[in-house]
Amino acid sequence: MESKVKMHTRDLDFFYGDFQALYNISIKFIENQVTALIGPSGCGKSTYLRCLNRMNDLIPGIWVKGEAMLDQKDIYDPSIDVVTLRRRVGMVFQKPNPFPKSIFENIAYGLKVNGVKDRGKITQRVEKSLKQAAIWDEVKDRLNESALSLSGGQQQRLCIARALAVEPDVLLMDEPASALDPIATQKIEELIKTLSSRLTIIIVTHNMQQAARVSDRTAFFYMGKLIEINDTDTLFTKPGLKQTEDYITGRFG
Amino acid sequence: MKRQHIDKGVQSGFLLVALFSITALSLIMVFLFMEGLPILEHVNIKEFIFGKYWYPTDDPADFGILALIAGSVCVTLLSGLMAIPLGIMTAVYLAEIASPRVAEIVKPIVELMASLPSVVIGFFGMVVVAPFIQKLFNIPVGLNMFNASLMLAFMSIPTICSLSEDAIFSVPRALKEASFALGATHFETIVKVIIPASLSGICTAVILGLSRALGETMVVLMAAGGAAMMPTSIFDPVRPLPASIAAEMAEAPFRSEHYHALFAIGIVLFVFTFIFNLIADYISYKFRQVGEASL
Repeated sequence: MESKVKMHTRDLDFFYGDFQALYNISIKFIENQVTALIGPSGCGKSTYLRCLNRMNDLIPGIWVKGEAMLDQKDIYDPSIDVVTLRRRVGMVFQKPNPFPKSIFENIAYGLKVNGVKDRGKITQRVEKSLKQAAIWDEVKDRLNESALSLSGGQQQRLCIARALAVEPDVLLMDEPASALDPIATQKIEELIKTLSSRLTIIIVTHNMQQAARVSDRTAFFYMGKLIEINDTDTLFTKPGLKQTEDYITGRFG
Repeated sequence: MKRQHIDKGVQSGFLLVALFSITALSLIMVFLFMEGLPILEHVNIKEFIFGKYWYPTDDPADFGILALIAGSVCVTLLSGLMAIPLGIMTAVYLAEIASPRVAEIVKPIVELMASLPSVVIGFFGMVVVAPFIQKLFNIPVGLNMFNASLMLAFMSIPTICSLSEDAIFSVPRALKEASFALGATHFETIVKVIIPASLSGICTAVILGLSRALGETMVVLMAAGGAAMMPTSIFDPVRPLPASIAAEMAEAPFRSEHYHALFAIGIVLFVFTFIFNLIADYISYKFRQVGEASL
């Protein structure tokens, strides 16, 4: 299989003040694949995810050591513009967090802050990303209504559409379905599979079935360390380490 | 059995205390209207509110409070013009931009400003600011609308700032992160997400700040100049409503026309602040933050 590394980290350490949250994490993310990060709560998988678009920068007193590259460029290099980085590496959060604005404005926001001014182009892109997120049919007649009037599952797909509107190369998803019911979850999972044909997706999940269903590769984190990473099928059927096996079979975590 | 009795007792106790303060306040209001309304036997309500001449001690006396209302409104608006941007921008700085250490020092200082007695601020306006602006703008009197507005702005900035700061601070982190994740700068996030999301709190802060300025007595009594004339420039001396009551009440004979007129001014002032508070309630209800997401 033709595989290009879109993003990778090498020996990445992460600290909240004196507390080291991540140890020597080295992962390669292949272009247009879905990589799932699994592990028990507090194992650092969300922290790791948030290193990849430098969302952790918002927290005072953090620091990062090691290498994190997007298209062979160091994303922690001082010359890197964080704003541009975050446009290329989109993010969907655990809880749906639409802005208290209209559905249309929620999607248009990312375009506007990235300098798209042409009204026609914005309208076109709003429609396109709502279609990509498979929510267009449900909202096309109510684009001017508040995004908060949508159901939780719809809000989350709206947030995905919002992230897609700025046309990122990589999409980070932090437990995107953990606050949703099974039907909404299924929709999000289908969406992830569709999107992976043209996007590199990295998804943090607590749900191992979900990881098995949607991802090409799975990484298992424990206590801030990367324990094992492999093709999803291999990791779930023939885990290389006892620790991984114990976790995926539900013996701990 | 006994426990229920104690509970009952506590409940009635609280009811009694609550009733006491509410009754006292209502009685003050009844008193205000009882003493104020008789002025309408001497002048009709239109002449009273829209009459331009306030000569309560002349014979025959003129009881037109338009100039006083104009004084109050102008002083309040002008102080709002200064206090609103300063207060909100300080709030944004404290909640969003300042490092936690700086905010920790500056916030109590701003709140300390709120605890300055108004008579001190009025005194400051009188003896320091008045001669200064008199010289600076080359005008005959330093006690005028501008001076009073400046002092009132000092008084309302802490209110506006600390209430706005609370509102901005309580904007869910998730919204901020969503904005950053889309490639927005910090400034864009503040202007397009954080301020709109905290608008209801900010509006309430502004209105409470302004209603403080409107009802403030000591500062306008000392610094506004006290001339009951329609102002034509911001350097004209004015006589806002509360200043008139405070200045004249001691000289008005008990139950005279003048006395009733001053109480009627009190009613007008009460109506103004009441409307302000209604607006504040309405706005905080209308733009209330529904939360980051309702599942």
